[in-house]
Amino acid sequence: MDTQTNTKMKLSRRTFIRTMAGAGGGLVLGFYLPGANAAVVAPKPWTTPTDGTEINAWLTIDLDGTVTIRVPHTEQGQGALTSVSMMIAEELDVAWDNVQAVFADMNRHVNYGQEYVVTTTHGSQLVRQQHPHIMQAGASARERLKVAAAQAWGVSASQVAAKQGVLSSGRNSANYAEFATAAAEISLSQEPTIKTPDQWWLLGQPTPRVEVPVKVNGSAHYCIDTQLDGMVYAAVKCCPVPWGQLKSYDFDTIKDRTGVICAVEFKALEGKTFTSDMQNGVAIVADSWYRAKTALDLMPIEWDVGPNGNASNASQAAEAQRLFEVTGDVSNEVGTDAIGKIDRSENSLLAEYHRPYETHARMEPINATVSVTDDRIDVWSPTQDQAAPIRIIADHLGRDPKEIFVNTAFLGGAFGGNGGGATAVTKQAAEISNQLRRPVKVIWSREEDVAHDKQRPPVYTRLQASLGESGLPEAFFSRAVWFSHEGVVNHGPATADLSIGNMPYQVPNRRHERHNVAAHIPTATHRAPGANQNGFIIEQFADEMALEGGWDPLEWRLEMTKGLEPWQRVLLKIKEVSGFTTDLPKGQGMGIAVVEDHGSICGTCATVSVNQRGQLTLEKLVQVINSGYMINPLNGAEQIEGAACWELSHALYGGLDLDNGHFTNTNFHTYNLMRMPQVPEIEVHFALSQDGWWGGMGEPGGPPSPPAVANAIYFATGKRVRSTPVSKHDLSWS
Amino acid sequence: MAFSISVNGTTYEVGAEPETPLLWVLRDNIGLTGTKFGCGIAQCGVCTVHVDGQPVRSCITPASSAVGRQITTIEGLSENNDHPVQQAWIENSVPQCGYCQSGQIMSAAALLSRTPEPTDNEIDTAMAGNLCRCGTYPRIRKAVHRAVEIYQGSKA
Ligand code: FES
Ligand code: FES
Repeated sequence: MDTQTNTKMKLSRRTFIRTMAGAGGGLVLGFYLPGANAAVVAPKPWTTPTDGTEINAWLTIDLDGTVTIRVPHTEQGQGALTSVSMMIAEELDVAWDNVQAVFADMNRHVNYGQEYVVTTTHGSQLVRQQHPHIMQAGASARERLKVAAAQAWGVSASQVAAKQGVLSSGRNSANYAEFATAAAEISLSQEPTIKTPDQWWLLGQPTPRVEVPVKVNGSAHYCIDTQLDGMVYAAVKCCPVPWGQLKSYDFDTIKDRTGVICAVEFKALEGKTFTSDMQNGVAIVADSWYRAKTALDLMPIEWDVGPNGNASNASQAAEAQRLFEVTGDVSNEVGTDAIGKIDRSENSLLAEYHRPYETHARMEPINATVSVTDDRIDVWSPTQDQAAPIRIIADHLGRDPKEIFVNTAFLGGAFGGNGGGATAVTKQAAEISNQLRRPVKVIWSREEDVAHDKQRPPVYTRLQASLGESGLPEAFFSRAVWFSHEGVVNHGPATADLSIGNMPYQVPNRRHERHNVAAHIPTATHRAPGANQNGFIIEQFADEMALEGGWDPLEWRLEMTKGLEPWQRVLLKIKEVSGFTTDLPKGQGMGIAVVEDHGSICGTCATVSVNQRGQLTLEKLVQVINSGYMINPLNGAEQIEGAACWELSHALYGGLDLDNGHFTNTNFHTYNLMRMPQVPEIEVHFALSQDGWWGGMGEPGGPPSPPAVANAIYFATGKRVRSTPVSKHDLSWS
Repeated sequence: MAFSISVNGTTYEVGAEPETPLLWVLRDNIGLTGTKFGCGIAQCGVCTVHVDGQPVRSCITPASSAVGRQITTIEGLSENNDHPVQQAWIENSVPQCGYCQSGQIMSAAALLSRTPEPTDNEIDTAMAGNLCRCGTYPRIRKAVHRAVEIYQGSKA
């Protein structure tokens, strides 16, 4: 059972911060993690794991020297707990084994000064963009400890050294803990600057992620594992065609089943479709989820699917063909008259590519637990911004944000889908708990999760180029047609031709256009948004242009990115380590691709074989990543490997089929993902510019993987695969 | 509607319809949440447990069919994270989000108890029913081989 404290916070902010330990609000289900090699510790409230002194919101120091670091980001396996802790330990200068990570208190953050600056966990940005303020928190704490010791010892702070948890000056020496209380009172006249990479002792070292041990014995707590006294369970069904209406349901037919408690209706809110994204539907509440789900499945429900009941992949494809002939919004233009030059050229090429809808399909189905009472609300929500449920519920139920407490749990995957993705389920749980005044856990069945996830937008793209004397392109034109939900502007036009409109290839005359079509299917970010769809497109067309002009694909890319150091570095490393060649017997092939995503350049060399019957085997992937810097190469390589499997899943096996306004795929038997036998050997290399810029790590490993495979398939079979999933194409050859 | 089942050596009285899948009895009746729900139709493997040593998908296994048999869940695999598969998983930092890993580990442990030195092909086949959306597959393969070494070391 979870720990529940009834302490209500009534302290002023100032007092609160001073007396933090043990007094914070929180029905808490943090967990308490040891450093790299220590034993597993069971989940424990974060506000009471330590009697230590808080130096700032980010850390406390215990009398025994243990440093507890509060991480305001979620852990979805991307290494947030480890990365944040490493960055602070680096600056604070404490032994890694004395560091433990806990999730930070979001109630405090939201209501008392936003001390953690950023709590969102997405966009491969945690290290890349947040390292300055996170490292600053560690550096500032270190300097305050030094000043405190200097005052006690009657020396100047510059005469005090802080190293591995020990302060020293001349013959004086003390553990950090001895001066922690004094340091907490000190304000610095000037904040220290953070370290430069050449000064790092911990960052850059391969460091196992701290939460791994609790993830091998079932003790890691995910939102879906929440159990509270008196809790009830809800299963949910919303209109299969998004934005359709619930016409009727017959609760009487199931109300006498054992354990069934009630039915609760949900209504989509007009005009707030993205942020208030509950669909019209109904929940059955029961004393177990299985009873709720079984009853719901037996209950007759009638839907009015509304005006979108005819939308299909075919209708979108037809719309795309129409829009290919219509001028779109210009996203980038270089040189002059690209279209005219292509039209007049004797040596031009044209190709059309397509990527379908994909779904996040996190292994942990969407769920949330909410407990509403008169004086406090507790939430477990698998969102990528743990501060968000406070605002969402405060808004939805009209409650004071100070009464709302988020209990951060691990996320069973997120992949960009749990920003807004967890909003609907959190509201559903809040509504039910508000009505029943009991804790409720809402779990979406896998079928509901596939139907009502916010999907990845599909895209259709036409590309044209004309080649000059040297066989290199002289003019380039692309027109993308992208179907995203109307409200979601930021995942629409900006990403529709990302990786194409900003491709690195220096073609003298270019024009890039896009159409953003509003479709009824809700869409959202999906790991490497845009780059994953479009990497497949631009990097195959790059090969098409290279081969048409008589160039080797790798030499072509080196030539076309001349002077772009980060790209050259990646391509040269591929050349060095992959053994790329176009000279293999039929049935075997190697392919290259390179894509920028979230500031990092990632290149892939894929080796495949295809037998005459068309059976594809991925032999090997060589991945080369340039993220500028790398604070943890172990974690970095894991992200690159995982991101490759992620996008290969979609490109080779995935794809959602839209028909009659809804998806015909329902679960993992009709939405196929990569499985163990299909996974190639993956080798990861770093080629870091270390040149003042930082790129992300969570997403860039995906985009170049499928086009490298598709380019390899072309060399093996002579067949160019311009749409996904590849599994729907006939790859046989003779 | 009460029956009793034996999980990790402890007997539990359960009040549930006998056809209730073992998964939900483990999670909601008994409170062992290490076994996960992913699909409910035996397609993803996150719910894998051992019944009399055999790996089964608990989401489609009626709890009543496990009466009188020994059920082992991830929580019962070892006392201290020291089952060779767990050790190998930690050494290779296998889990990412970790949600699929209870099932992966139970599948791998069952494989090694019937095939002490599996080839890559045997690993692929035995693990094909376990999806991992984070793509930890390459490390799972390495870790299974490492677990074999740990087993053999512990026997030597
Ligand atoms: S939940 Fe049992 S196999 Fe997916
Ligand atoms: S580790 Fe996340 S699904 Fe496998």
